[in-house]
Amino acid sequence: MNPVAGQQHPISLYLKIWGLLFVLSTMSYLVDYFHFQGALRWTLIIIFMLLKAGLIVAVFMHLAWERLSLVYAILVPPLCLLVLVGLMAAEGGHTFLTRLQFFH
Amino acid sequence: MNDTATIAATPLSPTLAASGWRGLIADWSSDRQAFHVSWGKAMMWIFLLSDTFVFSCFLTGYMTVRVSTTVPWPNPSEVFALHVGGADIPLLLIAIMTFVLITSSGTMAMAVNFAYRRDRVNAATLMLVTATLGEIFVGMQAFEWSKLILEEGVRPWSNPMGAAQFGSAFFMITGFHGLHVSAGVVFLFVVAFKLIRGDYDKAGNYQIVEIAGLYWHFVDLVWVFIFALFYLW
Repeated sequence: MNPVAGQQHPISLYLKIWGLLFVLSTMSYLVDYFHFQGALRWTLIIIFMLLKAGLIVAVFMHLAWERLSLVYAILVPPLCLLVLVGLMAAEGGHTFLTRLQFFH
Repeated sequence: MNDTATIAATPLSPTLAASGWRGLIADWSSDRQAFHVSWGKAMMWIFLLSDTFVFSCFLTGYMTVRVSTTVPWPNPSEVFALHVGGADIPLLLIAIMTFVLITSSGTMAMAVNFAYRRDRVNAATLMLVTATLGEIFVGMQAFEWSKLILEEGVRPWSNPMGAAQFGSAFFMITGFHGLHVSAGVVFLFVVAFKLIRGDYDKAGNYQIVEIAGLYWHFVDLVWVFIFALFYLW
């Protein structure tokens, strides 16, 4: 991409994404407002979160129009974090059970 | 031009031609470029990638203490409720903060657009609007912190509502995010000032606005995750 011309996209696109982010935020707020509980709550929260994150990264940060080498250099390394989350979830569960056994 | 042609023809020449520090740089760069964007944009992306790991470690730490505690976690929906017109509205302030930050992302995206059209005045104005919205966000966060510390008695080591880890996780995560917003406001003011002064006209390169925008959108992006995982969970 020519650095002088840069990323040129119509303003109407940004306004549409802005509107979508507003709608998605309102919907995730309503999940709490209407006291959804259990699996439905977690699913909705995660879906709205990922949709919002995807719109921001793809359109506002222009990653959708960058070359694939840059896109993968940015998006692949954070996948390591899933390993960390998995390990710490197992560790946290273990700590919880140990505490139940010895401190309750 | 001739140098590049020679290097391309004989792959060993850069190592032979330079030694010491110059040789080290030549060996590592080898006159190759992986990312076809300006160095400023590439470095901002790499910085944001490292910042992703910082925030993810905080959020993972929060997850770990939350699943491992045997004491009930305070209900964020009630803790962050605002008393308006005789009723408690859950998470009202947080919802307003979310909308303010999303709006600032929208104005920032438009500022980038105007900058590339060489419309300095509109670009700088929209950046100032973005920075002001960022300040409003930090102001509301300061209000939220004071309410929690002074009225509800939340401390990093204890709180009256439940699990003690709530305070440390909350202050650490939102505090670090608030610092990012504050730094972004300063960054935006500096770039907007230089834009108005005409510093970027000589080279005709306005990419710094897009780079500042990348940082700002990232701050908004982190808030999306904090909102979902800390406030709504």
